[in-house]
Amino acid sequence: MRAADRDEGPEGAPPAQDVANRRYPPVTELVVTSLALMLTGGVLMAAHLPGRPPLALPGGLLAGGACLTAVAVALMSRARPFAWKVFYLVARWALLAYLVIAGLLAFVFVYDGTRGATLAVLVATLAVFAVDVPMVMAFTVARYHDPGMGAGEAVPPGE
Amino acid sequence: MTEIAQQALAPEPSGSPAVAVGAGRAHPVSKDFRIVPLRGLYAVAAVLAGLVAAIATNALWSLDFFHVVSGGIWTTLDLFLGFVLGPILGRLPVPARVELTTRLMPKLMLIMPTVVICTLAAGFQLARHLGYLYPTYPDHGWVVASFVVVAVMAVIALGLLEPANLAVLFELKKPRPNGEVIGRLMRRFIATAGITGAMQVATLVIMTRLATS
Repeated sequence: MRAADRDEGPEGAPPAQDVANRRYPPVTELVVTSLALMLTGGVLMAAHLPGRPPLALPGGLLAGGACLTAVAVALMSRARPFAWKVFYLVARWALLAYLVIAGLLAFVFVYDGTRGATLAVLVATLAVFAVDVPMVMAFTVARYHDPGMGAGEAVPPGE
Repeated sequence: MTEIAQQALAPEPSGSPAVAVGAGRAHPVSKDFRIVPLRGLYAVAAVLAGLVAAIATNALWSLDFFHVVSGGIWTTLDLFLGFVLGPILGRLPVPARVELTTRLMPKLMLIMPTVVICTLAAGFQLARHLGYLYPTYPDHGWVVASFVVVAVMAVIALGLLEPANLAVLFELKKPRPNGEVIGRLMRRFIATAGITGAMQVATLVIMTRLATS
């Protein structure tokens, strides 16, 4: 019996117990590490504001975190089977929420007169943060869903 | 916990509505709940508008109000959930646990991010206003320590706790919730809720130290 035959449920989707135990690339680990790097960079910079914080280390953490997020996206895009419709459903609402949160924090820094390279690194750090959180939320939800389930069968956040 | 959840939410062989089995009796699992209560979004929008106004006016009282009230709610909820409700939840009959979860978690999905952003944004602005951010401030180390504690809590809450909450709610919405999935996610929820509760004790130490310095 082929692995695909063994895994498939009645409608081509894996049975429930296989959904629970299906193995995926370490997307959560990569994204949570990226999130930790963003928060570490944010703390390093906030500890020096309103002065001029050294940017080398926060910049390095930003680059490292962005790379980890990019690797996670690349690995996830190759995951088969995967409930993409559920992933996008959660990701777009969570992204909206965390863009508002990141926007509010950026507003505080801009309002306080942070400018130039410091502001650029802070905003980029917030941008990676605003991508990381929805991604880990959407991945955690989608990994336990039947890949065959459409967005209409998944539950919209307000339902 | 996994075993309990598996037993609690075992799918019916017939594929009819899912049941929670507790104390030898079968109970229907309620799916009549909203993952995000839409009406609550209006309250969130009003609070965030107030936060923006407080920061834009830079008024000491309003910044202090947002920081103290939101921080108090955040700390209290984390401690209450981690050390009081969490252990109680673990001992409740499974149907009661499911009912409480489906009523509590959607509200927390709105309350927690809102109080966290209010605490952080107003707190940062307040610290700037009072001069706590300057390295020359005698207790600047305590301020940085509070940043570190918040960062650790944020990694745990945003990277592990919130995704697990959301996944549990989506699982409970399914026609046949998978007990193994819920058990696995609830284990994560209980462990991380305890850790964030402990971190909140550290926050209380730092904040009371700063307030009395």
